[in-house]
Amino acid sequence: MQTLAPVDVVVVGSGWTGMIMAKEIASRTPLSVVMLEQGGPFRGLAAYGKEMDEVDTFIRKRQAQSPSVGLATTRASSRDRANPVRQWGAFPWVGYGAGGSSDHWGATSPRFMPEAFEIATHLKRLHGADKLPSNNLIQDYGITWKDIEPYYTRAEEMMGTSGKAGNLNGKKIEGGNVFEGPRSKEFPNPPHPQLYAPQLFSKAAKELGYHPFPMPSSTLSQNYTSPDGVTRVGCQYCGHCSLFGCMVGAKASPNFTLLPIALSKKNFTLRTHAHVRRVEHKGGKAVGVTYVDDSGTQYLQPAGAVVLAAWVFNNARLLMLSKIGQQYDPASGKGTLGKNPTYAVHSGLDFFLDKPLNIFMGSGGMATAIGDFGGDLGAEGAAEGAFRGGLVFCYTQGSPPVISAFGTIPDGEVKQNWGSQWKKASLKWNDRFGTFLSTQNHFPYRHNYLDLDPTYTDKWGDPLLRVTMDWTDAERKQSAFVTRKQVAIAKAMGALAINAKPVPAATGSPLMVDNHSHGGAIMGASPQTSVVNPYLQHWQMSNLWVVGGSALPQGEEHLTLTVAALAYRSADAFIDRYLKRPGPLA
Amino acid sequence: MKRREFIELSANSLGGLLIYSLSGVPEVVQAQQGKVKVPLRFFTEAEAKVVVAACERIFPADETGPGATQAGVMIYIDRQLAGPYGSDKHRYTQGPFVESVPGHGYQGKETPREVYRAGIQKLGADFATAEGAKQDERLKAIERSYFFQQLRQHTIEGMFCDPMHGGNANLIGWQWLGYPGPQMGFREQIGKYNGVAYRVKPQSLEQILGYPIKPWEDEEAG
Repeated sequence: MQTLAPVDVVVVGSGWTGMIMAKEIASRTPLSVVMLEQGGPFRGLAAYGKEMDEVDTFIRKRQAQSPSVGLATTRASSRDRANPVRQWGAFPWVGYGAGGSSDHWGATSPRFMPEAFEIATHLKRLHGADKLPSNNLIQDYGITWKDIEPYYTRAEEMMGTSGKAGNLNGKKIEGGNVFEGPRSKEFPNPPHPQLYAPQLFSKAAKELGYHPFPMPSSTLSQNYTSPDGVTRVGCQYCGHCSLFGCMVGAKASPNFTLLPIALSKKNFTLRTHAHVRRVEHKGGKAVGVTYVDDSGTQYLQPAGAVVLAAWVFNNARLLMLSKIGQQYDPASGKGTLGKNPTYAVHSGLDFFLDKPLNIFMGSGGMATAIGDFGGDLGAEGAAEGAFRGGLVFCYTQGSPPVISAFGTIPDGEVKQNWGSQWKKASLKWNDRFGTFLSTQNHFPYRHNYLDLDPTYTDKWGDPLLRVTMDWTDAERKQSAFVTRKQVAIAKAMGALAINAKPVPAATGSPLMVDNHSHGGAIMGASPQTSVVNPYLQHWQMSNLWVVGGSALPQGEEHLTLTVAALAYRSADAFIDRYLKRPGPLA
Repeated sequence: MKRREFIELSANSLGGLLIYSLSGVPEVVQAQQGKVKVPLRFFTEAEAKVVVAACERIFPADETGPGATQAGVMIYIDRQLAGPYGSDKHRYTQGPFVESVPGHGYQGKETPREVYRAGIQKLGADFATAEGAKQDERLKAIERSYFFQQLRQHTIEGMFCDPMHGGNANLIGWQWLGYPGPQMGFREQIGKYNGVAYRVKPQSLEQILGYPIKPWEDEEAG
């Protein structure tokens, strides 16, 4: 073990939240900041151009973290045996290298609804605690809309989010999301053009009395210079967006918007190929981290403060491996670490039209949405046991557009998914389908939790994280409710066929583990129910900050903008309050 | 050292230019004649012939256009299996291996190379020369197997991959679909083709970038 020269702050992970913390601290204070990233350095824009290959980038996932090192194990319930994630599924994988997952996100950037931050209080007042799904552990964040709104604005301005306000300081504006919380400023950039099928969606939604708007996207609709002075060009609509890097830098990534500023500061260092294994602590204070490089050499990096900003569940795992905090126990309900892991409830469908849609054009966040089911599902939903929804949105750009899109045909059109009949059907519907998606609020439950796996270990011999999570009937009811509304819109659009994809009815299948997961080291108003305080400072260890999606007490839709806003709030608290008077801020 | 294996293919069965007549029936025009000798990286010649035949049943040439043989799908699969994917270099391979619900994905110990070797053997040594109906029957019998699911998926990949991977010869798959290739942008076209097809001559990534790039299977040993 080599002991390195002490630094003031060590940041673990270089994704959005770690990079926001590091850039703010390094540029606003004289403190020395070392950022540790387990993957390699930023590969540069030209590399992203070379990676516009569906086989290597999307199917083989060449730029993802290699599952060979050990990712996690999953199971549906504590009665089951957990199996390891041996290869990435079809869904978003976890990033590796500078920028983390942010170098391949889709840039869909809605804000949460204002009541999401006080959801337990809100739903109990609205319905009564006894009407809500049994064993739920929903809880308030310990902050309100007023606390986070300025930070949402800051995150949008840094990313250059494109969109249209629907509620500016309380004034409702048609054409934006009229259901959104009051925003203090218009979006920094205008929305992207609406593609053909989303135009049909918009028209059909209006006829049904809904309120369509362009989905906010942190891919630039035009050239833009951020308040930090970073200039980027507008989107080229190349169609290789979600799950690809952006070769012109239009899609916001900390590698473009924050890293150059941090690197220009003498007190900032990015150290790549550094896999952190433990947070070291003594007498209730973090004293640094230990990490291993690709050659197997171990290092102790002493630090005055530690910021954990690893992949969502790895934050919880690092705390578990470091024995910081009390492990949650589903039987007794005691402990907070590993509590409230969630995903997002999905409702989706593919719809088929009789016209070509050029699905190879566009960008990831390019969609038309309605906010009518974005928050409470009202009396109609509650009567069915469906309480909260998510934005419903329509898009056509396949990302990527060829191999993975091929063979999307109406359910039941052919008996066999190979051979001439199938080939003909696939050609007939090629470029003639689009998608609706709604990623919705997901309640945490007493029986869903994270702990360390007793069997499987990572490359370095540390136990993998074990994820115990399954859907319940409450999610099925919610998904069925929203799916029904989606089908009605697709029919009104003139869809020739619809393949609906609600949450599956079968139980006993573990949930996907990826970068749309939340929780495990959640924030809250009390150390009895949360791991970090409303500033994302660890309740028991004031010089340890745990930022990112791990802090969200329940699942919501697209979380990036929100975790970025929370990281800005943490950075301000750290710089403006903690440094002046080190100690617990709450 | 293993003897280098080759497969001989007739040049006019690979790639070509897709021409549509006024009636909409595509015809493949070939500039090349004679034989091409394709070096194999993983398959034996006998195995390669089984794979060529099986992929052609999965994605047959028909009146709508070309099939797996024309696109060089077998060559694509051969290279994938010879590369890091084929050896499970990036898969988590710590035991115990326990089969589970589909939600866990493939949990087997066998690598893609082993899955293919065993699967090809199961199709039978005479598969390549059997009648089409007989071939379909044998494929039908293993339709639910992991091997068949992989073979089907890889066939689609080989039909429509960038040609640097060995499939989609002469961009025949992209020509057939009307896919333009990984163009660097559609800023001029975006929002202007509403329900109207935008179709241009497809280009490979190398043609678009203007310089050659190496696919993963060529860059990293399996």
